Amino acid sequence: MKQLLSGNEAIALGAYHAGLGVAAAYPGTPSTEILEAIACLRGVYAEWSPNEKVALDVAIGASWSGVRAMASMKHVGLNVAADPFFSVAYSGVGGGLVVITADDPGMHSSQNEQDNRHYARSAKVPLLEPADSQECYDFTRLAFELSERFNTPVLVRTTTRVAHSRTVVDVTGERPPLPEAKFRHDPGRFVLVPANARRLHPGVEARQQALAEYACSFPGNRVEAGDGRLGIVTSGVAYHYAREVFPEASLLKLGLSYPTPETLLRSFAASVRRLVVVEELDPIMEGEIKALGLAAEGKSIFPILGEFDLGVVEASARRAGLLAGDSAEALPAVPDVPLPPRPPVLCPGCPHRSTFYVLSLLGRRQKRADGSSQEPQLVIAGDIGCYTLGVLPPLGALDSCVSMGSSIGMALGAAKAGVKDKIVAVIGDSTFMHSGIAALVDVVYNQGNLTVVVLDNGTTAMTGHQENPATGVSALGQQTQAIDIANLARAVGVSDVREANAFDLPGLRRALKGAFDNPGASVVVVKGLCALRNKEPKRQAVVDAEKCNACGLCLRISCPAVVKGENGVTIDQNLCVGSVCQTLCGQVCAHDAIHLAEL
Amino acid sequence: MKLDLILAGVGGQGIVLAGDLLAEAALSIGLDVKKSDVFGMAQRGGSVTSVVRLARTVHSPLARPGQADYLLALEKLEAARNAGQLKPGGIAIVCDYAMPPLAVSSGSATYPSDEQVRAALAARAEKVHWLDGDGIARSLGNRKVVNVVMIGFLSRFLDLPDAAWQQALERHVPKRFLELNKEAFARGRAAAG
Repeated sequence: MKQLLSGNEAIALGAYHAGLGVAAAYPGTPSTEILEAIACLRGVYAEWSPNEKVALDVAIGASWSGVRAMASMKHVGLNVAADPFFSVAYSGVGGGLVVITADDPGMHSSQNEQDNRHYARSAKVPLLEPADSQECYDFTRLAFELSERFNTPVLVRTTTRVAHSRTVVDVTGERPPLPEAKFRHDPGRFVLVPANARRLHPGVEARQQALAEYACSFPGNRVEAGDGRLGIVTSGVAYHYAREVFPEASLLKLGLSYPTPETLLRSFAASVRRLVVVEELDPIMEGEIKALGLAAEGKSIFPILGEFDLGVVEASARRAGLLAGDSAEALPAVPDVPLPPRPPVLCPGCPHRSTFYVLSLLGRRQKRADGSSQEPQLVIAGDIGCYTLGVLPPLGALDSCVSMGSSIGMALGAAKAGVKDKIVAVIGDSTFMHSGIAALVDVVYNQGNLTVVVLDNGTTAMTGHQENPATGVSALGQQTQAIDIANLARAVGVSDVREANAFDLPGLRRALKGAFDNPGASVVVVKGLCALRNKEPKRQAVVDAEKCNACGLCLRISCPAVVKGENGVTIDQNLCVGSVCQTLCGQVCAHDAIHLAEL
Repeated sequence: MKLDLILAGVGGQGIVLAGDLLAEAALSIGLDVKKSDVFGMAQRGGSVTSVVRLARTVHSPLARPGQADYLLALEKLEAARNAGQLKPGGIAIVCDYAMPPLAVSSGSATYPSDEQVRAALAARAEKVHWLDGDGIARSLGNRKVVNVVMIGFLSRFLDLPDAAWQQALERHVPKRFLELNKEAFARGRAAAG
């Protein structure tokens, strides 16, 4: 049956039809929908793990119990899970073990554009690179077979364009009956003391050889014969760009791109006059082809930065003389009108807005009336989530954002370095559970003087509202123990723990100021449900034009619904959810000019 | 049929669903389809585009820059922003509706005038159709169906059977909103004459 599926949905269905028993993940764009899709399928245990390392550990435990298991994550998530990933490559598997990494060339929603094909090489694990949803479905099923046949975890790497595009899939499989789980007692493989690991390493190298040979006959590594003047080696979605831009060229498309299929590459290279590698991000296949002593071009033609598309590939090819004509046919120019950008912003009613407003005042981040900047106060270490948008003006209340859970450790580092300013770490509920908690333990253990502000909006919002250990609901929708963040902070030994309501500005301000005035370690948990999760009927705020004197105070909260007009402000009734945030704009108004509209 | 279509709007306007309906309708008559959303963190009110490509065989999930046959925009600024995606002789269908971004509502930037939007579109488009999609959606009692109103309008230009569209709606719209969305589709389609 033909279906239109995203790459992520196709991976979920492929795994399901391969007999997947256990799936674990931490949400991360563009990988999130894989586990969401699996959670809707009957008969698979699916969980949101607190972080990617735990997710992979869970999958390994299931695999060693004879069950096919999968861990899925975004590219930077594999950094977190790298420790078990490298080691399980020595131990091998019980039931098939598949790791999905969803890379993000172009950084649509990521802090870097690392190329996780490197991980396959450094961990000595085979790498499958689907180019569309059909291959996501087919390769995922195959990945489980390869995993068991070669006794290795298998890395399947997608990119945003593959993960999120919907393309046609011919769904041919069915779900097989699952084996009964039974733990395999095999300490020689599963207990990686040095003596065992030394004995296992030669097996890893031998497996590499066997896989390299297999890759030469793997049906997903195919030659599309062309006129032979130009030969293209490509993988992943870059294949589709190359195929469209070079319809005449000979083309070698690699689906199992590592271990390198040496014989296949050599025979393809011998069949063409000019060999060119079309790969997004790093020159990985190019490097390996050159290491075989073959003449090839790649990054001298195509960019190492950003995401490819037809325009990028075609323009690069023309510059290198791979296509006739110096440039594409010129298009009529569109008049150059300055168009205001539309970056993502904190939503109307967002519970994070009030915290950043208070931080922007205490930290002197708002501009003065004459437009000049103030001398910033406070060090505000930030973290990863919607609340990273607190960096945007006019709030400007964030000084760092590096990786999941980093805010607290970085704040501690600044404190121990001797910074005199008050130091604050701002972190979301899910990110706190991911890896913030370990750093909070460090703050207590090593007696850091700083305040941790946990923004608890009751969900993992940025990635599309997934549950997490603090929400009390599992990935499968079952009620579970909700971990109380304030009590957790007390339990690890923080004595000054405060809770505040995100929509009560005076109370929030008191809590934050009180914590900042305490020279020791403190935690403030700011609670307020994500506005997009609030399903109650909404009421809008309105401005009393008689009272508004156009002072602009309400514009400082940076709410999209507050609109500056000729003589004062108005509230956009289509955007405003004033009943959700208890009219934060009204709470900052010095003239009592903004209230909820009468029903 | 071989068509590239760009759907553009603002996060929250339902661009992704609009693209899904179009892609699903094309699939049901046996075409190869690829649909790709470009949204990043756009759930938070940013710009969103969805690219739908239909043909016997589609390779790239993204269209060639400046080669789209249709631009369907749910918002005027986003129409102007994507005007350069159209091929010369392409068709633009624009919802006559403005959502000023924060930079505009806070007074630090200006929203383009209707003349500027028209001029941007006229550079490539052979014909620009304007529709008060928001007004039609409001008259149906739910502004959120503006995406389906606009898709209904677009449907008049495409050679896809009505049953394909109805099937796509049934597949992608939750049951309790299905009748409303079918009505929205019909109203948009009727508006195209």
